[in-house]
Amino acid sequence: MKQNIQLPEGSLEKQTTTLNLGPTHPATHGVFQNILEMDGERIIDAVPTIGFIHRAFEKIAERRAYYQITPLTDRLNYCSSPINNMGWHMTVEKLIGAKLPKRVEYLRVIIMELSRIADHLVCNSVIGVDTGAFTGFIYVFEFREKIYEIFEEVCGSRLTTNIGRIGGFERNFSDLAFQRINAFLKEFPKAMKEFETLFNRNRIFMERTMGVGGIDADRALNYGFTGPNLRAAGIDYDVRVAHPYSSYEDFDFTVPIGTTGDVYDRYLVRNEEIWQSLSIIQQAMDKIKDLDPTVFHADIPDFYLPEKADVYSKMEALIYHFKIVMGETEVPVGEVYHSVEGGNGELGFYLLSDGGRTPYRLHFRRPCFIYYQAYPEIVKGMMLSDAVITMSSLNLIAGEIDA
Amino acid sequence: MTNEEIKQKLIDKFGELVYHFEEPYGMLTFETETNNNLKVMTFLNDDADLEFTYLNDLTAVHYPENKGKELAVVYMLQNIKKSIRIRLKVFTDIEKPDVFTASNLFSTANWLEREAYDFFGVNFVGHPNLIRIMNVDEMDYHPLRKEYALEEQTRTDKDDDMFGR
Repeated sequence: MKQNIQLPEGSLEKQTTTLNLGPTHPATHGVFQNILEMDGERIIDAVPTIGFIHRAFEKIAERRAYYQITPLTDRLNYCSSPINNMGWHMTVEKLIGAKLPKRVEYLRVIIMELSRIADHLVCNSVIGVDTGAFTGFIYVFEFREKIYEIFEEVCGSRLTTNIGRIGGFERNFSDLAFQRINAFLKEFPKAMKEFETLFNRNRIFMERTMGVGGIDADRALNYGFTGPNLRAAGIDYDVRVAHPYSSYEDFDFTVPIGTTGDVYDRYLVRNEEIWQSLSIIQQAMDKIKDLDPTVFHADIPDFYLPEKADVYSKMEALIYHFKIVMGETEVPVGEVYHSVEGGNGELGFYLLSDGGRTPYRLHFRRPCFIYYQAYPEIVKGMMLSDAVITMSSLNLIAGEIDA
Repeated sequence: MTNEEIKQKLIDKFGELVYHFEEPYGMLTFETETNNNLKVMTFLNDDADLEFTYLNDLTAVHYPENKGKELAVVYMLQNIKKSIRIRLKVFTDIEKPDVFTASNLFSTANWLEREAYDFFGVNFVGHPNLIRIMNVDEMDYHPLRKEYALEEQTRTDKDDDMFGR
C-alpha cells in the first residue's frame, strides 16, 4: 500500500515506491515474490506472496499408498531430500511399530548428515554469492557434487533421491559407497577450512552481514523458528537432541548457538553444524564396523519388498511383493507425529491413518513455510541489498514453502 | 512433568470442558469446546509449570461422517524447555466453521491458519488477514475437503474393479 514519506515542512509531497522483487529474480534463488514498499533504498513494508509452485502434495498423498509418498517428500526441501525421505519412512515405521537394526539407523544417520552438509553448503555459499564473493561457492560446490556421488552410489539418483524404503535401504551400501564417504571425510575438511578462511574474518563479509536481518529469541520462538535460524538467535533447540530418532542419542555432538540471530550468526551456526555433522559421520562409520555388514533393512516382510529372486521362486515372497506393490498391506489405525531435524528446521509429518490403503490425512510441518512469515518484520527498515542476503541466509526453499 | 500431570492440571482448571484424553504414540491428545480453544491455549501458555509457549503446528482435518462436527482444527503445542509436545483438537460445524484465531497468541498461527482456511474453509474469527495463501484468490471451494476426490470420478476409460484403487 502506497504511503506518504515523512519530509520536512515545505517539501514537495512524496510517496513510497512499490517494487516487485520476484517471483523470478536472479537474487531470490527460487520462486519468491515480495511486494516491497520503498522509500528510496529503504524498505518500509514487505508483503510476501507464496504458492507459485504449489503442487497439493497433501491432497495427492491421500490417494497414494504409503511407499508411494516418498517421492513427494523429495520435492519439499530438494537441497536435502534424503532427510525428508527418511523422516517419512520413520513416520510410517512409528505407525506400524517397526524396530530397526542399529546398523540401518547408523547408515541413515550417515546419509542424513551428508545431506545436512550439502544443504548448509548451498545456503552458506549462496550468502557469499549474494554478498559478492563467488569464489567460496566454487570451492565448496565440488564437495556438494561429491556428496551427490555418494547418494548416486547408494540409491541411483542425486537430487530427488527417493533413498531408502520403509524399513531400511533398498540395497546394501557398496564398497565404493564407503570408499567415497571415507574420501569425502578426508578431503572435505581442507576445502571447508579454506572456505572459512575466506569468509569468517573477512572485513567486507562481516560488514555486510553483522547486524543485518536479526531477530531476537522471543520473536523467533513466537514465529515458530526452528533449525539453525532459531539456534542463531540463542535457543539450543535441536530435534536430534530434544526428540531423538534414528539412534542420535548414541552420538556425541554439540549444538552450536548464536546470540543475535543475524545473518552472520546464522552463517556461523551452519558452519559449525557442518563440522559437527562430519564428526557424527565419522562416529557412525566407526560404529558400523562392529556390526553385521549384511544387515541393511528391518525384518518387516509386510512392508519391505522381498528379494526379486525370491519373488520368482517362493510363494510367500510373491504374495508379499504383490500386496506391497498394490498397497494392500494392513496398516494400524492411528495418529502419529514424527519430526526430524531437516536442513533448515524441524520437518514434521502429521499422519492420520484410518487403516486404509492410503493416509486419511497427511500434513507436512514445513519449517521454512512457518518462519518465512517473519520476513516482513525482519526486513522492515533495511536496505534492499540487505533484504536479499537475509532471504538467502534464512535458507528458504520454494519447494518446501509451497508443498 | 508427565502426561498424567498435564492432564490433571487441565481437568482441575477446565473440568468438563476438556475431554477425550488419549495418548497415541506417547503424545497427550485432548479435545475442548470450539469456543474454549483460546482459553485452554492461554492457560497452557501462561501457567508457570506448563509453559507450552511454542506452537509447533496447526492444521485441519475433515471428517464428513461426523455430522455437526465435520472439521477438526488440530493444534500442536510444545514446551520447548522440557521438550514435551501435546495436541489439542477442536471440532466445528462445516456449515458455520467459526474458530477463534490463535494468531494473537502465536505469530506462527498466522500463515498456518490461512493455510487451514485455504484448504478446509475454517473461518478463524479475529484473524488479521484471512485470505487464501496457496491457491488463487478466484477459487470458490476448499480443495482438501473429502468431497473433492483427487481423480475425475466420471472417467470410464479405466477399469479398476480388480485392484481396488
